[in-house]
Amino acid sequence: MQRTLFAALAGAIFGLGLMLSGMTDTRSVQGFLDIFGAWNPTLAFVMGGAMIPMAIAWRLAARRKTAVLGGNFPAMPPPRFDGALIGGSAAFGAGWALTGFCPGPALASLSFGGWQGLVFVAAMAAGALLAAPLRR
Amino acid sequence: MDINWIYGLLGGLVIGTAGAVYLLVNGRVMGPSSTVGGLVDGSDRSGEQVGFLAGLIAVPAIAALMIPMQTYASSNWAVLVMGGLLVGFGTRLANGCTSGHGVCGISRLSPRGIVASATYVGAGMLAVTLLRHVWGVI
Repeated sequence: MQRTLFAALAGAIFGLGLMLSGMTDTRSVQGFLDIFGAWNPTLAFVMGGAMIPMAIAWRLAARRKTAVLGGNFPAMPPPRFDGALIGGSAAFGAGWALTGFCPGPALASLSFGGWQGLVFVAAMAAGALLAAPLRR
Repeated sequence: MDINWIYGLLGGLVIGTAGAVYLLVNGRVMGPSSTVGGLVDGSDRSGEQVGFLAGLIAVPAIAALMIPMQTYASSNWAVLVMGGLLVGFGTRLANGCTSGHGVCGISRLSPRGIVASATYVGAGMLAVTLLRHVWGVI
């Protein structure tokens, strides 16, 4: 129960941050990717800002044996650059560019994003299901 | 230059705080693509996944009652369906998105996170250039 509550708290803070940062506005995201058009640097500030608490958190985690609610911290994945990582990320980038949505903002905007957001999230769930047999 | 970058920076700090809480308290990497993926394919239907998703959807829903918000997303079905399929399929295959590989991966200097992020940003920039300036479809 505690784990679920703190997960909900993390999700809630994440939703607040996505809203505040303007990342639920697909024009801002497409604007960041549009280096030959009216380039919008906002996403770089969002990423940079997010790195600061996260980098501190990883340092704090390195000093602890387990998480506050128990369990090990996620291990560093071995540096394996296979077709799944590169091909999957390239496919993600193309879909991100096409719509201006990545998974976090698409979920955060589900309540106010209209039918367009619902269609996107349904397709995203279907895409995730299609990838399931390819995951090891 | 407008002031959006200030909101971007502040919002980013809040997003990073969310990831920090999830890591330090729950011991998990904050990854919405893994939340969706685990819930739909049944590989992780834990209470944490459900709780995280509920919080992520609920807070903007409450805010939207007070502040008008919009995504300005395309109203083209083909664009939305193709984009959603690519994002869902790609992030699951690569095992992460802008949050897991980007925010959480780069901040711990994970080689996989850095390579994945360079790839999706590069592919995204190439795709917007082609879709907007060459083919004129978005």
